[in-house]
Amino acid sequence: MNKPRNMFDKIWDRHVVAQRDDGEALIYVDRNFVHEGPFYAFDKLRLAKRAMRRPLKQIAISDHYLPTLNRAGGLAGIKDAEIRNMVEQLQRNARDFKLPFIGMEDTERQGIMHVVGPDLGLVQPGMVITAADSHTTTNGALGAFSFGIGASEIKHVMATQALWYRKPKTLRVTIDGKLGAGITAKDVILAIIAKIGISGGNGHVIEYAGAVMRAMTMEQRMTVCNMSIEAAARAGLVAPDDTTYKFLEGREFAPRGAQWDQALKIWQSLPSDADAKFDKEVALNGSDIAPMVTWGTVPDDALPITGRVPDPAQAASKEERVHLERALQYMGLTAGMPISEIKVDRVFIGSCTNARFEDLVAAAHVAKGRKVVVPSMISPGSTEVKRRAEAAGLDKIFVAAGFEWRDSACSMCVGSNGDFPAPGESCASTSPRNFENRQGRGVRTHLVSPAMAVAAAVTGKLTDVRTLK
Amino acid sequence: MEPFTRLTAVAVPFDTPDIDTDMLIPQRFLRKPLTVGYRNFLFFNDRFDAAGKEKPDFILHREPYKKARIFVTGPNFGCGSTREGAVYAVTDFGVRAVIAPSFGAFYASNSYQNGLLPVVLPDADVRKLREQMHSKPGAEITIDLPSQTVTGPDGAQYKFDIEPSRKERMLEGLDDISITERYEDAMKAFEKKLDAEMPWMAAKELEVLVQK
Repeated sequence: MNKPRNMFDKIWDRHVVAQRDDGEALIYVDRNFVHEGPFYAFDKLRLAKRAMRRPLKQIAISDHYLPTLNRAGGLAGIKDAEIRNMVEQLQRNARDFKLPFIGMEDTERQGIMHVVGPDLGLVQPGMVITAADSHTTTNGALGAFSFGIGASEIKHVMATQALWYRKPKTLRVTIDGKLGAGITAKDVILAIIAKIGISGGNGHVIEYAGAVMRAMTMEQRMTVCNMSIEAAARAGLVAPDDTTYKFLEGREFAPRGAQWDQALKIWQSLPSDADAKFDKEVALNGSDIAPMVTWGTVPDDALPITGRVPDPAQAASKEERVHLERALQYMGLTAGMPISEIKVDRVFIGSCTNARFEDLVAAAHVAKGRKVVVPSMISPGSTEVKRRAEAAGLDKIFVAAGFEWRDSACSMCVGSNGDFPAPGESCASTSPRNFENRQGRGVRTHLVSPAMAVAAAVTGKLTDVRTLK
Repeated sequence: MEPFTRLTAVAVPFDTPDIDTDMLIPQRFLRKPLTVGYRNFLFFNDRFDAAGKEKPDFILHREPYKKARIFVTGPNFGCGSTREGAVYAVTDFGVRAVIAPSFGAFYASNSYQNGLLPVVLPDADVRKLREQMHSKPGAEITIDLPSQTVTGPDGAQYKFDIEPSRKERMLEGLDDISITERYEDAMKAFEKKLDAEMPWMAAKELEVLVQK
């Protein structure tokens, strides 16, 4: 009998083109996503006079630099010349190298690449997927080994359709039990990161397993996998199951007919064997998870909303004390204060973590009949998500509550399109990352779920959504 | 790519753990062409005030650190985004090596691609090196790649690990593609089998998204 293998082993084994004695392998890349950021890769290809090996296995999607207002104004409507250049440059590079391209004018398909990829059926179980974006880990929700790489490696993938990689270790995170009322996928991943730490996944691929993961929808699994990188994991994976297949069937670029049947058979062989070994195991009980928020400047500065801001005097090490002191100062907080007393100046609902249809449904559920007390905006994850939300009447609920209802882009998660809070503002955000200055100079980010973001918007402070009157 | 063999240089200590890619280079500079000099954006928010004026007390603005070519940092250096600009900013400043207990998920591989040597040493050793640099500012460190050793200001030697293939590429300044080309036969065989067994993976239907 063959040695039992976990899912990652199986995907890896299928993709090794060559194995070197020193442990590095040349692995085949099935799909490479490109946004405006890694323009250096195209420049380097030109400089080296290298061709694109398999143009149709790349896809260029404009998301980081697109405006969320005045989209009808087209390119000419982007006032900042550098931002306009980034948008034009990707379109030009895609045309020159004959890459499939989804830009601002594709009002059917445009959106954040990690939303659009699964939604168009471009992400399939068992694939190896790369992109110059750390949140490429999102695609692991469909059982693909999907990870971020730098611009030089993007150049390598474009030229060779492969990548040199050392096989990562595996970590299984099992979340059993049942989530309490109002507890979301965002709370689950923040609880995992708080437990294993910002370096806890270093060098590992995480497989998320257990009853809680099985019960999740595809969109919820995407939120969990999206933030794998915030624990330094190479990638996140969820075993494909009927939820996955039902989600994929009929999507624009998913296989069809006889090829669907053939693909399905392969996908069904991917889940980890019963006795498969993992290098590390971590377990959480779903019923212990409370609504989570981050108070500080790294994603593992995450605590239940019912908690208190930590005290540097109680730090376990010198490094931790240095971090806590700097984080408290940056965030303008006092050690020991209740998290639920932290004021917010602004709310952002959007990003590849939490801007899918179900996220907007959850947000609308809380927003209905309430009014925001701080400036609050929503940028749906894709043009299609926006259309669906409008068809369901969600936009009307948001606008009545005082939210700005915008177009789809990475927007205020990272501000590359110019969507920034004012310097020094505190922003409750559904995005994945809360580093200093991430959302703009001096901006203080609090990561929350969509429901908790609305709770903050209607109260002006971080608020337990379960206690809203 | 400039080969890396042996380097003796002033090193800068950074005690903060988790120095992330947003600290190394804020997102707004990632739309600039490389020709403008990414060194100007390194640690931008720590180095310059809101009006763009240099903060004289920032460590890289003080002698003897202005000519530093080595960083010695806390754990998880360069965590966060894949942005390679976070490496370009460091190399353009003149730095050739970073010594840390650990690196962010993308930082080490991006570094190798650009001739910046990421050296991993145990936490206690890196801490000792930083303490020596604090007590003797401007102290030099030597990194010898052929023997895989770091020599501290006090003469103590530390051995570090590096994958043989990475080492070869750093020593010779080779780019990855030139190595991959040696495996063309294996690539051809792999693609032939894949295209036959899983024809949908060739993604021919994506042709509709190619601009005419």
